[in-house]
Amino acid sequence: MLRAADMIVTRRYRFSASHRMHSAGLSEEANRAVYGKCNNPFGHGHNYVLEVSVGGSVDERTGRVVDPTCLDELVRQTVLTAWDHRNLNVEAAEFAGEPVSSENLLRIAWRRLASAVARAFPHGPRLVRLRLEETRRNSFEMMEGDWR
Amino acid sequence: MGVAVPPLRITRRAEFSASHFCRRAEWSEEQNRAVYGEAANPYGHGHNWVVEVTLEGEPDPVTGMVFDLKALKEILHSELIEPMDHRFLNYEVPPFDRIPPTLENVALEIWRRLEPRVNGLGCRLHAVRVYETEDYFAECYGPRT
Repeated sequence: MLRAADMIVTRRYRFSASHRMHSAGLSEEANRAVYGKCNNPFGHGHNYVLEVSVGGSVDERTGRVVDPTCLDELVRQTVLTAWDHRNLNVEAAEFAGEPVSSENLLRIAWRRLASAVARAFPHGPRLVRLRLEETRRNSFEMMEGDWR
Repeated sequence: MGVAVPPLRITRRAEFSASHFCRRAEWSEEQNRAVYGEAANPYGHGHNWVVEVTLEGEPDPVTGMVFDLKALKEILHSELIEPMDHRFLNYEVPPFDRIPPTLENVALEIWRRLEPRVNGLGCRLHAVRVYETEDYFAECYGPRT
């Protein structure tokens, strides 16, 4: 439940990676038809922006919901080192044949970060929102339900 | 049968430039550095703070507006810009002489200043979002009713 001092704190992170949109469940022709130029077999890259939002109450002692340095380190270990300056199709085993879409990136990041945040701050803030910008024009978002 | 219409929200942005540091007087230098890092530098440092204020309400049947944005601009000026712009928050803007002006405390203080100025005038304060930098921001939604 939201209390007076509850709030959401967000940090923005950047990683650059290449990917290729391709589904194992589709023929070569269907892949080209569905994904167009994103299906280029050599792949292409983006400067991704990942916004990580945690929600919780403000610690009266520190005046903070989260120590941003701790959150930075957690996101670095959990997501950024695995994906920054990587070829996601080749080097990110977690996709296990799933298309390397921003939707799937976001879901993988959610599962990893939600458990990492819960481990790091057992009584503290929790992951409430993730937003991924693939380019300035395309963004993807997941949010927990009970924030207005 | 009417169609269910979701709430309508309007947002205005304001900016102010101010310096701050994050320290607690009763803590040692080491404690302050451990908790606040570079933000604990006692000489202070500054940011271009960006505030987004979101109001929720029904558009007035006569004016068609949820809230007069000119009036909101004046409220933001008197409650935020006038007291905080080109100021050192710790020394010049209470309550930051007593509590550290962290991102979260600045957002809470802005909520406290604005809520009584807008609530009851046909709308309610829905959210205050404060950017300390473009990569670090906090959103405050107030108490759940």
